[in-house]
Amino acid sequence: MDIPLSRRTLLSFAASVPASAALAACGSSGPGNGGGDGATATYWHLSGQPQEGVRTGAVERFNEAGNKGRIDVTTFENDAYKTKIKTAIGAGQAPTIIWGWGGGGLRSFVEAGQVDDLTPWFDENPEVKDRLFPSSFGAATVDGRIYAMPFESVEPIVLFYNKRVFDDVGVEPPESWDDMMALVPEFNAEGIAPFALGGQSRWTNMMWLEFLFDRIGGPEVFQAVFDGEKNAWSHPAAIEALTLVQDLIKADGFVKGFSSITADSNADQALLYTDKAAMMLHGSWSYGIQQAEGGDFVSSGGLGFMNFPPVEGGKGDPGNSVGNPAQYLSISSKASAEQKKIAKDFFAKGVLTDKEVKEWIDTGAVPIRKGSEKLLAESESAEFLQFVYGIASNAKTFGQSWDQALSPTAAEVLLDNIARLFQLSVSPKQFTDNLNEVIGK
Amino acid sequence: MSALTGSARRTGGRNILPWLAVPALLFFVGFAVVPLVGVFLLSFTTWDGIGDIDPSGLTSWRAVLTDPGLPHALWVTFLVMAVSWAVQTPASILLGTFLAGRQRYRAVLSVVYFIPLLLSSAAIAVAYKALLDPNFGLGAGLGVEWLSKDWLGRPWLAFGVVVFVVSWQFVPFHALIYQGGVQQIPHTLYEAAQLDGAGRVRQFFSITLPQLKYTVITSSTLMVIGSLTFFDLIFVLTEGGPGDATRVLALDMYKRGFQANLMGPASAIAVILVLIGLALALLLRRLGGRDAGESQLEGV
Repeated sequence: MDIPLSRRTLLSFAASVPASAALAACGSSGPGNGGGDGATATYWHLSGQPQEGVRTGAVERFNEAGNKGRIDVTTFENDAYKTKIKTAIGAGQAPTIIWGWGGGGLRSFVEAGQVDDLTPWFDENPEVKDRLFPSSFGAATVDGRIYAMPFESVEPIVLFYNKRVFDDVGVEPPESWDDMMALVPEFNAEGIAPFALGGQSRWTNMMWLEFLFDRIGGPEVFQAVFDGEKNAWSHPAAIEALTLVQDLIKADGFVKGFSSITADSNADQALLYTDKAAMMLHGSWSYGIQQAEGGDFVSSGGLGFMNFPPVEGGKGDPGNSVGNPAQYLSISSKASAEQKKIAKDFFAKGVLTDKEVKEWIDTGAVPIRKGSEKLLAESESAEFLQFVYGIASNAKTFGQSWDQALSPTAAEVLLDNIARLFQLSVSPKQFTDNLNEVIGK
Repeated sequence: MSALTGSARRTGGRNILPWLAVPALLFFVGFAVVPLVGVFLLSFTTWDGIGDIDPSGLTSWRAVLTDPGLPHALWVTFLVMAVSWAVQTPASILLGTFLAGRQRYRAVLSVVYFIPLLLSSAAIAVAYKALLDPNFGLGAGLGVEWLSKDWLGRPWLAFGVVVFVVSWQFVPFHALIYQGGVQQIPHTLYEAAQLDGAGRVRQFFSITLPQLKYTVITSSTLMVIGSLTFFDLIFVLTEGGPGDATRVLALDMYKRGFQANLMGPASAIAVILVLIGLALALLLRRLGGRDAGESQLEGV
């Protein structure tokens, strides 16, 4: 037997399993009872202020309110969480309470029997359901059954702009796609990026396509994809939207180096509030981040916002929007009965309390609890909050983000091709061909 | 092995030495062989990582082998391997030779050079990412025009950055190996060369390099096999982007398995990775000659 050989073989074997071994090793904080009195339910959610503070605050209040059992929180970065939660659930190491976006991801958990059906519980506790926006239940529902509790806030994607920069350059906010294209050379001539974009995160690029598809062809274009119609991506409106976005890239519409900027670092938003970029298409949660990190940018009225403008000759209703109709909490089917009980107590008594609703409003978010109009109007961010509330309540169609609506498999192919589209390394035709192959998968 | 047991017998031990290998063997079986068999079996199934595992024959293999992403990932992996080897080896040999000197300032420098090796890959990647940010990074901060390029957003630039950062991280380690190698070379060889009138350059090429032959092979094996597993650094730095410009095989495997929920094809790629690693390790051993254990110092 040859010892050096086997040692090298060991090296190469070790090479083959790093991800699975490493990830399995990470899943140490799964279900389990903490010491002390009563059971402990675990809860994973996203990190990042100011939202993280509101989430953990709600849990702390629940733990201190003398309920039986307590909840332990672990937080993760957005992009890391998407992978982590899937792996943990697959490995049977899921937390009791699973934070999520609903839609296709939730469906894959449901099909594997990993999350509990909450329909009977909502039937028994109608007061919990009735106080939430009805529109928020769509993405929580799989085949007519409710598997998640909607909570937190409605988050449409909106077009933010920097009023200071617009004044300096002496131009007006765009009212159409052609206006936007016309603004590009104006800002570039002044050395200001027309649009900030955190392109490495990929879903950031996707927001542009979501709006262009809708404005040009209406919501039925993506609906056909979602419904699994053959070759649905080849719709003429899709090709036109993809061509328009590549025109914008070729005209240097996005900030230099957008492919190396990640959204999790908030660098895209920093470009906007440091006057290095004029506009940015981003989720409404960005308002709170700019408020917290942008100095007096928001409070001095520097931040402007609007719904995505119409495209000339497009069929879509300019009032339509896309984004996150809410965030979602599910209960792991692998949790113990005690843990499930704690989770349901939390859903009924600890989620979207008056205090939490107030805190969401303070971060510039519109909570999905009914009857908060008065609080919205009193807030110091009233203008933005009423704008978001208006979009959420008036949009004829409020589409869910594509990568959340589709299955994880189709979403990965979509995001991969979107990155290439923005690199100009695939044409609109190649893009639609690649995506037609994963329709319905 | 037989020589070892023989010597054990001679000293009166009763075959204890083979048993000493048991703990290592158990670890090897538990952490390498068992997962490997698992991955091999998984490559013949369809599994989304969450639900039930369904046997599906060769479906995963067919999907992987017909995907144009595979040759591309292989090509990128090979390129990272070759270019980072070509950058690291000369740099490490020169640094190692330099650090092998006995002067005190060289000892101080060798400690300084060692620092990158103490940092985790993820930390290095995060730091470089921040430094190279075109809008808020080093270039923009210092106002140096040539530094504020779109380093991670252009395919070849991003590739260059990956190779650079990998080298920055691992050159110290290989320099350390070479330093040890150079210090093993008997001083008499250099004295003899000096008497024959050989200069420093001549000494380096005629004595140091040939004497380092096996050190080069060891270090190259570590570099080549190690480069198959570059994952953390590239994942944090570029996520395989822009597009798929830096998507090496290990990253491709991760993306398929853990982002697209396709564990079957991901396992097939893992098997391919094992085979490539095995083939490369054997090839490098061949290059070292059959007499790898033989002394270079005969007659000295």
